[in-house]
Amino acid sequence: MSELSSVDWSRAQFALTAIYHFLFVPLTLGLSFIMAIMESIYLKTGDAHWKKITQFWMSLFAINFAIGVATGLIMEFEFGTNWANYSWFVGDIFGAPLAIEGILAFFMESTFFAVMFFGWNKVSPKFHLLSTWLVAIGSNLSAFWILVANGWMQYPVGMYFNPATARNEMENFFDVALSPVAVIKFLHTVASGYVIGALFVVGISAWFLLKKKELLFAKRSMVVGATFGLITSLFLAFSGDESAYQVTQHQPVKLAAMEGLYKGESRAGLIAFGILNPNKQLGDNEPEFLGDIEIPYMLSLLGHRHIDAFVAGLDDLVYGNPAHNIPSASERIANGKIALQALSDFRDAKKIGDATQMNESEAILQTHMKDFGYGYFEKPEQIVPPIALTFYSFHIMVSLGMWFIALFALVLFFIFKRNITHYPLVLYAALWSIPLGYIAAEAGWIVAEVGRQPWAIQDLMPTHIAATHLGGGNVALSFTLFAILFTVLLIAEIKIMLRQISKGFEGGH
Amino acid sequence: MFELLSFLQLQQLWWMIVSLLAGLFVFLMFIQGGQTLLFSLPENEVEKSMLINSLGRKWELGFTTLVLFGGALFAAFPLFYATSFGGAYWVWLAILFCFIIQAVSYEYRKKENNFLGQKTYEMFLYINGSLGVILLGVALSTLFSGASFHLDENFFVQWDTNLRGLEALFIPQNYLLAFSLFFLARLSAGLYFLSNINHASLHVRIQKMLLKNTLLFLSFFLGFLAWIFTKEGFAYDALGVVSIEAYKYLSNLLALPVVAVMILLGVVLVLVALYLGIFKANVHGIKVMGLGIVFAVMGIFLLLGLNNTAFYPSLSALQSSLTIENSSGSHYTLTAMSYVALIIPFVLAYITYAWYAMDKKSIDEAEMSDASEHHY
Ligand code: HDD
Ligand code: HEM
Ligand code: HEM
Repeated sequence: MSELSSVDWSRAQFALTAIYHFLFVPLTLGLSFIMAIMESIYLKTGDAHWKKITQFWMSLFAINFAIGVATGLIMEFEFGTNWANYSWFVGDIFGAPLAIEGILAFFMESTFFAVMFFGWNKVSPKFHLLSTWLVAIGSNLSAFWILVANGWMQYPVGMYFNPATARNEMENFFDVALSPVAVIKFLHTVASGYVIGALFVVGISAWFLLKKKELLFAKRSMVVGATFGLITSLFLAFSGDESAYQVTQHQPVKLAAMEGLYKGESRAGLIAFGILNPNKQLGDNEPEFLGDIEIPYMLSLLGHRHIDAFVAGLDDLVYGNPAHNIPSASERIANGKIALQALSDFRDAKKIGDATQMNESEAILQTHMKDFGYGYFEKPEQIVPPIALTFYSFHIMVSLGMWFIALFALVLFFIFKRNITHYPLVLYAALWSIPLGYIAAEAGWIVAEVGRQPWAIQDLMPTHIAATHLGGGNVALSFTLFAILFTVLLIAEIKIMLRQISKGFEGGH
Repeated sequence: MFELLSFLQLQQLWWMIVSLLAGLFVFLMFIQGGQTLLFSLPENEVEKSMLINSLGRKWELGFTTLVLFGGALFAAFPLFYATSFGGAYWVWLAILFCFIIQAVSYEYRKKENNFLGQKTYEMFLYINGSLGVILLGVALSTLFSGASFHLDENFFVQWDTNLRGLEALFIPQNYLLAFSLFFLARLSAGLYFLSNINHASLHVRIQKMLLKNTLLFLSFFLGFLAWIFTKEGFAYDALGVVSIEAYKYLSNLLALPVVAVMILLGVVLVLVALYLGIFKANVHGIKVMGLGIVFAVMGIFLLLGLNNTAFYPSLSALQSSLTIENSSGSHYTLTAMSYVALIIPFVLAYITYAWYAMDKKSIDEAEMSDASEHHY
């Protein structure tokens, strides 16, 4: 099989394993804090009901956590197995956060996880509570470091290219760790975990109320869940807006795809809802949408914090727009080819020990470095990601984000102002919103990762260069094995989880 | 302070850290070893539950150490991470599969409605403990036996066999290390159970098991030592040119007396621990064993990477062989990571503390029937 299909299989495999991993991670992130809050209430009030409540959610947490860990392991090694070229090209920077994640976060999580589960009768209540909080903090720390790594590939900073080793080397650790893209990615992603945790608690509590079982436990859980959910979903929307701002600044092609924007405009409107025109091509004059609802000025405001600002469209980014100082992809491709040639000249000069030539080539290389990755492309159109997938995923995520805010507000209103058990519609809405949370999160990742294509590392390394030369057959086989194994484990997880829930708060553990 | 170290010193420091992690990981393989005893050691369901619960409170530590081992290699020796994981694809994936199934098994085994059934999860644990350990041993053994790859001008790996790593399974010598690890893991599991589980008749069976496995372990381990100390190794000179040198690992042992003492001390401690276990059923054997394993494994790893030795030799393109000097991260990254590594003692301290707090009282039959506790 050709190398091309090997890359595509690796992409599919990475997508598959990451999507599975992220089915479990968000609940860990959110539920761990909710449990810690519940246990804190237990310690404060001494009310044994709260202990039961905490333990019930903990038993669900454990079921989810185990499979989260199982799916995480493969992620850690997959950069090496399937993206070996990538791992060398940026390993000097990218490996660090992964190692730090292991040292700082995973040990904290796993050590105190054991205390949290088995320590109720073994350690003091205070130490137990501390352990529960440390599990929550540990899992959030792990999210931070992995998102630093991911943020770096969206917006590489803090490094320089070393032609002798043909790789990027770290120049400033803090630029990498505190890059604005990484920080906002962290905030938005953990917030999505908190919201999913809240949806989970509220939805399952609603189920108990619908069944008229465990009313006291369920209502108390619901209050904690919905309050936590309302606060965090507001923050989620706010941080989502900030994410879009960062994308506009650093990945304008992704933003244009997210919004289906072909012709850039000042005072650009935000598409609240739209159906893409399937016949639309880059550079033509077809309408972009078959139908859409636009919120005027919002996109300029969102992307540049200014109502008059110009937001670049795909046509501008691919074919250039001199009026707004946007170079065409062809120019960048030409620059990239100069950089690649300079690298090759550098190597030849090094072989024969020609120091002047080496200096000269390196100077050429460094001036064209910002377009380095473009040198691997032939056609300007290649820099555009799949538009429809990016566009729809983005709009699904945003709409659901709005819905969750409304849902938590509604639930709180009906709990405190009405007898919520008399409003099955609200309860059903809460129950059915559990899967919506996961859909929103996966959609968000599709935006981030598919929207980043064709880059593995923005502007530096295209995905097809990043992959290990494996041969499609090998990766097709490993993809299939992962798909089967993870699906079997997922089924087991869901079955166990449902049974555990139906046993209720007194069901033991 | 780390800025002041030379590039080579940092590379050596990081090879030591990787060696330490390898030592810790091999020690924590007692969890795997214990998993292979689940079908033979206990005589009834309660005893099996005690074994599983005893292991179940520790398995994450071993798992996380494996994760950190991967992360540390990525950060400190990225070219090794890229070359070996990308190149020897199938061996590593097979190992990962063996560990993925471990991660769910403790939690799901006894749960109602668990889809696959209790037996399957116990099989998963067995596979992880046996196949997982043996494959890992084979993979590590390729650091001595070499692998067939070459690096292109961009340092991108090209693997020279179609088996993508599985070819290592056809080198008989690789099984010496693999089975040494397998039996060693069972031995440390026995010592761990002695200290963690309070049950007289189980202890007697453990002592018998220890005796048998000691003999098996020693025959493979001595075979392994004989192999590496008589085989040729891969040396490199000041210009980085790699060449084959007879008795390389033996001469490393002689050139690095501290390492020689470490290995010797490690082996002696392991033997002392086994004596304590087999003849005294002593509860402290596991600690002595732990120290011994960490010393011995660390020492063997140091033989591999220090003293101008290529630690990942290429059989098909000698000059593509990886050394700590040509595969490491930059000076800056190694320095930054060294600061991060300062936290390792702190991490070890809180792990030890939590472990101590949880294990003050050993597991007994009464605890297994106490419904107010979480069990696996
Ligand atoms: C419950 C899940 C959820 C919800 C309701 C939202 N998001 Fe989100 N979003 C995520 C879960 C998520 C995520 C899974 O956490 C992502 C994927 C990658 C990332 O950084 O976060 C993400 C990414 C992501 C990105 C792409 C970042 C990038 O490419 O680097 C943008 C622009 C937004 N979000 C914006 C929003 C806005 C304006 C929302 C309106 C409320 C919103 N998100 C709701
Ligand atoms: C694609 C890159 C990723 C890699 C390499 C990775 C790696 C891992 C590994 C190795 C584990 C198991 C740790 C253990 O031994 O305890 C794990 C678990 C975990 N990961 Fe990831 N991960 C990735 C993506 C993410 C993301 C995006 C997040 C969060 C935003 C995240 C958060 C977590 C959390 C909270 C856990 C704890 C277990 C659980 O959630 O059930 N990971 N990850
Ligand atoms: C856990 C949540 C995540 C999900 C659901 C996710 C999803 C995806 C998807 C769908 C792709 C395929 C894109 C394509 O080829 O079209 C992909 C690729 C990739 N992602 Fe992620 N991702 C996640 C987290 C991460 C993180 C945290 C990192 C880095 C630390 C990362 C690094 C990569 C890499 C290296 C690739 C392969 C190269 C490429 O296709 O560009 N991912 N991911």
